[in-house]
Amino acid sequence: MLDDFMFRALLAGIGLALAAGPLGCFVVWRKMAYFGDATAHAAILGVALSLAFSLSTFIGVLLVAALMAFCIARLSGRMYAIDTLLGVAAHLSLALGLVAVSKLSGVRLDLSSYLFGDILAVSRADIVVVWLGAVLTTALLIWRWEPLLTSTLNPDLAAARGYDVEREQLVLMMSLAVLVAVAIKLVGALLITAILIIPAAAARVFSKTPEQMAVVAIVVGVLAVAGGLGMSLFADTPSGPSIVVVAGLLFLIANVIASAKARSSGRSR
Amino acid sequence: MKNSTSLISTNNVCLHFGNDVVLHDIDFSVEEREIVTLLGPNGSGKSSFLRILIGALQPTGGVVNRRDGLRIGYVPQRLSIDANMPMSVDRFLRLGKSNRGELKSKWVEQVGVADLLSLQVSHLSGGQLQRVMLTHALLADPDILILDEATQGLDQPGEAAFYRLIEQVRKEQGCAVVLVSHDLHVVMSASDRVICLNGHICCEGAPTIVSAAPEYRALFGLGTEGALALYRHDHDHSHDHAPGHAHNHSHDHAHDNTMKHEAKNDAKNDADV
Repeated sequence: MLDDFMFRALLAGIGLALAAGPLGCFVVWRKMAYFGDATAHAAILGVALSLAFSLSTFIGVLLVAALMAFCIARLSGRMYAIDTLLGVAAHLSLALGLVAVSKLSGVRLDLSSYLFGDILAVSRADIVVVWLGAVLTTALLIWRWEPLLTSTLNPDLAAARGYDVEREQLVLMMSLAVLVAVAIKLVGALLITAILIIPAAAARVFSKTPEQMAVVAIVVGVLAVAGGLGMSLFADTPSGPSIVVVAGLLFLIANVIASAKARSSGRSR
Repeated sequence: MKNSTSLISTNNVCLHFGNDVVLHDIDFSVEEREIVTLLGPNGSGKSSFLRILIGALQPTGGVVNRRDGLRIGYVPQRLSIDANMPMSVDRFLRLGKSNRGELKSKWVEQVGVADLLSLQVSHLSGGQLQRVMLTHALLADPDILILDEATQGLDQPGEAAFYRLIEQVRKEQGCAVVLVSHDLHVVMSASDRVICLNGHICCEGAPTIVSAAPEYRALFGLGTEGALALYRHDHDHSHDHAPGHAHNHSHDHAHDNTMKHEAKNDAKNDADV
């Protein structure tokens, strides 16, 4: 079964959705969408560096994304507003990455596969890496769930409970870096943030607790991956964008159902 | 004042933001079961001081000692839950692993939030949210309750009712209480000590219980049942070291019906420091 490229793609995509669901919820709750973009754009620089030093792309991207996450976490709020800082860092690292790639002699590189990903081309080794990353970030989030949630809600409340708010933030940043490193091959640098945010946003309307939202986000993510791959297969569309399109459709459907529900319960009252 | 049994004590605590001195030379301690009211005008650094006490902010100078294993129940001034985060009251109360079954049913009952459990926190009214946050703080089984302007937005009967509730849970839990108030003259009557903060500790004393006095009746009506008391500031210094600020008003107020008005002026003057 693993010989079938569709099945491999599905397996890798489910792994990605598993990690992206809960992490995407935190991105949404903490209004970190731009941060996700910055980390993802930095990944292109990581691709260039791994080619230059003959590292695995996963390692190169992970290092650069983690460095980016760490710098932003430390620098934010010092002198510039966070969105200014991210705007500088995100686009600078993307541009630097593109310049570096162009200067690498003897390397023929299909950049578009890193910008948009190619989930249909994942190997067995890629699946192992995706699932390792997914299990690692999910385990980390489950372990730090209460402190992370409390410090997201109110940092002072978390401090009074004895949690180290800055350390929890770092845990989140590093999880995000790992996710970016595993996701870049699948959906590409430009669409990683969509995989984080859209399922979480769709899950919001059905949830009464943060945990429900995280679980529903995983389900939405898995549906989007399956639907997107199906669309790609039958309509011959690019796979990464197709997944995001299906996720967007699910978001719309969720909101239509929720507002219909709200209207009918309003009428019955 | 300080001894080894203090729950929290600070020694020479200072806080600077850049070149601005927010707090300086603060020696402070809270003993077991003590109720301390912390007063100060806006900008007096009292919220920063509270954040230092709970460990959310590191002082730039001085030492903070917390008793080993001290459990803090903290009630923030407000809780702005992002609309993107679903959070039921029931889930909020379990936040931070305070899921002690019998403790929960006891405090949910006593603080009166049983009817709210299935609601979303973002849909609560100000008074409901206050009680939910108090319940959450109590579920930490605290040695000390710390409340930041918990009565802000409540009217005077509401404030008095909240103070009675605090007094009652304090008795039950046997914890110390530190509350911050922006009202410079009306304090919780059960306070053992009132501390007036304005960058440093300006004065310290006990509240005056005047519930029998006719002026008190005129001011508070009959609905407060002695939960509120007045605090008479007795500053032995002036703030003329702050350039451009004339701190020449007296803190000896006649406690009559004009007091509220003067308190407001006070707050404005002191905020200029």
